[in-house]
Amino acid sequence: MKILVCITHVPDTTSKINFTDNNTRFNTAGVQFIIGPYDDYSLARAIEIKEATPGATVTVLNVGPADTEPTIRKALSVGADDAVRINAEPTDSFFVAKQIAEHAKSIGYDLILMGRESIDYNSGVVHGIVGELLGWPSVSPVMKLDIEGTKAKLAREIEGGKEFLEVNLPFVAGCQEPIAEWKIPNMRGIMSARTKPLKVVEPVSVDSGVKLQQFELPPPKGAVKMIAADNVAELVTLLKNEAKVL
Amino acid sequence: MAQDASSKKSLKQDVYDHPDFYAIDDLLTAEHKLIRSSIRDFVKKEITPYVEDWAQRAHFPYEIVKKFGDIGAFGPTVSEQYGGGGLDYISYGIIMQEIERGDSGMRSTASVQGSLVMYPIYKFGSEAQKKKYLPKLASGEWLGCFGLTEPDHGSNPGGMVTNFKDMGDHYLLNGAKMWISNSPRADIAVVWAKNEEGRVHGLVVERGMEGFSTPETHGKWSLRASATGELVFDNVKVPKENLLPGKSGLGAPLMCLDSARYGIAWGAIGAAMDCYDSARRYALERIQFGKPIASFQLVQKKLAEMLSEITKAQLLNWRLGTLMNEGKATTAQISLAKRNNVHVALEIAREARQIHGGMGITGEYPIMRHMMNLESVVTYEGTHDIHLLILGNNITGIPAFF
Repeated sequence: MKILVCITHVPDTTSKINFTDNNTRFNTAGVQFIIGPYDDYSLARAIEIKEATPGATVTVLNVGPADTEPTIRKALSVGADDAVRINAEPTDSFFVAKQIAEHAKSIGYDLILMGRESIDYNSGVVHGIVGELLGWPSVSPVMKLDIEGTKAKLAREIEGGKEFLEVNLPFVAGCQEPIAEWKIPNMRGIMSARTKPLKVVEPVSVDSGVKLQQFELPPPKGAVKMIAADNVAELVTLLKNEAKVL
Repeated sequence: MAQDASSKKSLKQDVYDHPDFYAIDDLLTAEHKLIRSSIRDFVKKEITPYVEDWAQRAHFPYEIVKKFGDIGAFGPTVSEQYGGGGLDYISYGIIMQEIERGDSGMRSTASVQGSLVMYPIYKFGSEAQKKKYLPKLASGEWLGCFGLTEPDHGSNPGGMVTNFKDMGDHYLLNGAKMWISNSPRADIAVVWAKNEEGRVHGLVVERGMEGFSTPETHGKWSLRASATGELVFDNVKVPKENLLPGKSGLGAPLMCLDSARYGIAWGAIGAAMDCYDSARRYALERIQFGKPIASFQLVQKKLAEMLSEITKAQLLNWRLGTLMNEGKATTAQISLAKRNNVHVALEIAREARQIHGGMGITGEYPIMRHMMNLESVVTYEGTHDIHLLILGNNITGIPAFF
């Protein structure tokens, strides 16, 4: 079984976000990058499936420039067999999905996993577009995934509950917790990742039709105003006149 | 593997991040940074949520041994052929720094296993010894300890009285060792003892050998999450193949100490950075006289001095690690780093304790635990004063030890 795991290279969740060039570029100075947390869950599940399935392989894919390679090496150090980097800025969801689909066609995978969404632009649509481009089913957000022969049993989060599905391979899944526990690389894994293959592939050209214009930060949080528990009148006045939510 | 069911998990989230005032991260490789983030994640998952409870109860969490083995914290510089990590000395330093950021007792468990048990077997052991012991020590299947210090011989190890006699088909070992980290749970001990000619040799003593016991030392106010004990040898028959053939004389155990002290130089700064990070956050949150205590000059002075000492020590560690990688670091250079870094870590812990006010003495914050732990670290592996004499000897060429 060949599994492809698509990972994003995103700012650590505690990073301070600001922009340069008239709010058109994200300022990466001093920012630590990590594997997208949802992608990391899907990677962990892929490794578990690989460990339980003789002959299974896990390939990691990232669409990004060369500076994403340390993030890719981390994915290799937790147990992926090889990696592919599509050498391009991941400008929008369609662009990224198209790159993934083109690569997947050229190899022939049985399963494509990724996070339910990235945590930088949070579009949450790449898995759906990849499924569409390949003509495969796509399911998200998947919180449980078990392979049974040529099928998989999935649990998906839906409003107010869970949905249980059976899907034929091949398919695409956008994953979230608790599908698996994040894996921490061990020192032997880090050593072996040094020599695992990381192939760089040039992108296919895509006319995506989306152009970024500007970023805008949310307004800064105001200070907390404490009101005595028995002073409901003041609370109502403030909600009405200051917060303007009533 | 689950925690021991009796371990109480802290509800507080560990939000530690290290200060990097001089952009020393730029001197590290991407792999060094991956090692650091991995060990930090491991510590945040397996150590810091529980360590306060372990320390309060003076409980050594034995299950951590296997976990250290799995993550690769034992013998990271030992060749992969014997189950080690095959990593460089900067990596080793980073691993010790991150573990001691969690707790000095936990770091002691790891550095004794790596630098004092695996290192002498790796450097001075026969091929058969390396194959027999190293993979099991690296994986955490076995725990080891190191016996050099004796009840009457601490700073003067050359005066040791533990000895062995050649009985033809085996050696007969007698004596006692004291202040031995890991001893109560150790499967093997690397023991330094004199032969009939008074020459120091290393012997591997295994649990279960008749006459060998490891009583635990109770009532410590420091390194409470780490098991410390004695090694007692009462006519222990040690097979001849358990003698380390590669090196004899006091220089052999001193080489092990160089490696361990190097790890301590990094580790102590881990503890110091945890104290600084906690103090900085606390000073910004704690309101007195209507503003955060970080607004006051005396608190800023403390924080500024802490960061200055941490930054100097980080540079020292990085440079020393580079020299270690090149095989050029001297005993005196290692002494300077061990002595300086533990000393400043202890001062930083004390200042951080003051910034935390009364909260600093509780288990809500890691400060008092680090401070008490560092009181051991400043004494073991060459006391604060002995390292001065090593430096003095290096400067003047005149030994002033006795």
